Amino acid sequence: MIWNLEYESMSRPRLEELQLKRLKETINRVYERVPFYRDKMTAAGVKPDDIRSLDDLKYLPFTTKNDLRDNYPFGLFAVPMDEVVRIHASSGTTGKMTVVGYTRNDLNVWAQVMARTFAAAGGTSYDRIQVAYGYGLFTGGLGAHYGAEMLGATVVPISGGNTKRQLQIMRDFKVTMLACTPSYALYMAETAEEEGIDLHALPLKAGVFGAEPWSEQMRAQIEAKMGIKAIDIYGLSEVIGPGVASECLEQNGLHINEDHFIAEVIDPDTGERVPDGEKGELVFTSLTKEAFPIIRYRTRDISLLYTEACPCGRTLKRMNRILGRTDDMLIIRGVNVFPTQIENVLLEIGEIEPQYLLVVDRKDNLDELEIWVEISDRLFSDEVRKLEDLEHRIKNEITSTLGISARIKLVEPKTIPRSEGKAKRVVDKRDLYGS
Amino acid sequence: MGNFGAGDVIAIDLRFRRVASLRGGDKMKVKQISVFVENKSGRLCEVTKALSKESINIRALCIADTSDFGILRLIVNDPAKAVRVLKEEGFTVATTDIVAAEVPDIPGGLAGVLEILGKHGINIEYMYAFVGKEKNNAVVVLKMEEIEKAIEVLQAANVKLLRESELYKF
Repeated sequence: MIWNLEYESMSRPRLEELQLKRLKETINRVYERVPFYRDKMTAAGVKPDDIRSLDDLKYLPFTTKNDLRDNYPFGLFAVPMDEVVRIHASSGTTGKMTVVGYTRNDLNVWAQVMARTFAAAGGTSYDRIQVAYGYGLFTGGLGAHYGAEMLGATVVPISGGNTKRQLQIMRDFKVTMLACTPSYALYMAETAEEEGIDLHALPLKAGVFGAEPWSEQMRAQIEAKMGIKAIDIYGLSEVIGPGVASECLEQNGLHINEDHFIAEVIDPDTGERVPDGEKGELVFTSLTKEAFPIIRYRTRDISLLYTEACPCGRTLKRMNRILGRTDDMLIIRGVNVFPTQIENVLLEIGEIEPQYLLVVDRKDNLDELEIWVEISDRLFSDEVRKLEDLEHRIKNEITSTLGISARIKLVEPKTIPRSEGKAKRVVDKRDLYGS
Repeated sequence: MGNFGAGDVIAIDLRFRRVASLRGGDKMKVKQISVFVENKSGRLCEVTKALSKESINIRALCIADTSDFGILRLIVNDPAKAVRVLKEEGFTVATTDIVAAEVPDIPGGLAGVLEILGKHGINIEYMYAFVGKEKNNAVVVLKMEEIEKAIEVLQAANVKLLRESELYKF
């Protein structure tokens, strides 16, 4: 089912006309209201009036996660705080989070695009949707929640964790759709097997899974174990949260909600736009956001765009499932983790030149993070208790910084492989993108 | 003025004694080296090989371990050189002051020493012991936070503490 037939299946010329109108409004808005954007445009020699076509977007400077950090917390907001009704945040590359805001209208747009997502996965007001994304600053839980409510479905706002209870509720409430990370879905499926719950016998028919990369092999596994359609969804808090793009039941690319967001794909090295169908870094510009408009945000996610018509009837361009990252960000249990965050924790503990390695693995479908820390003379002690205290301190600091727990392993100096003097920071043993 | 009370004199006297005992005590501190070793095969062998290559003799050792790592504590004949050698080999090394007490190698020998420390409320972080080559006595290596106080009370109780020169030859 198409939630918003008019916008989701608009003719391309009309859609592009609408996009241009909205783009001009957005650019005027940020130019007038956000000093950061005005300064950047001035430095690039671009004025709002210079943007006369969608193609002219390429003249505008990019926005990066560092720009968001430099304007922490509310420096990029384009409305006074009394119009901001919600804040969300995600991990930053260092200690500071990436903070975004929403006006009442932004929340409405967000709920609309998430309602489209559920509808595209086959959802209607008759469905019971279990939202097992985490609720809180993370956009997953509340984003899915309000979208499911907008659809008119019955929402079960269970949030993440407590898998046995999740399964019990899924069975007892006759839940028909599930929203969570794909790895958690697989974990639930395996727990169901152990608990003797036959998911195939339940009315569960579809899942909308996102917040982390996954592969076709993983989709096949989830669908077989749960007896459902597994739908890939995409979003990031800097753009709006989940709901930027989602698959339809064709499961062949994610339709981008282009009436609200313009997607470009660029060569990450040159910044030049690449033709549709070619791989590169996804860049998004918001078209309707009020509190936190964003211009040419570099997602660091690698994908490509399809422009062919989709049999589902939507005219919205599709993006490929995410194929990788252009930076060293990891997504662990749906949480964004940057190696620099670990480095900061170690610096705070008193290490001067921290040598560390993040080892990520997936065991029984749950992501596990192990952090190897080379023990320096500075932190070393002849007492086991003090070294164990050190491990606990690092572990606690990391849990409170990242929001996920990690196992700390102290290792001997020079254990962590170095190439040309630069240490390797990440070993990811998960097969995220499919081999 | 000039009217000193008895208490003042005693206070001065005690201060002198304390300085004297600290000086004597410092000599009774002995260097132990500690090495961080991961729990993987061959690591201990590499430590000992590195030391033997430089003709450093291990007088005593003890390992404290967890599931991931161990701390190898060593008494060697040349601690400074041992530290240098092991650091060159890429090990994380620390030097710690410990006390080495000679105890009679008979039942109750160790208990006597521990009793003295316990009576003075001195906590032992860890300890290990070895037996000498010639003498009939054993040596107990003690790591304590309050090392000065420990030296003071052990000496006051006539426990024989070994200096570095004595220990390395023991």
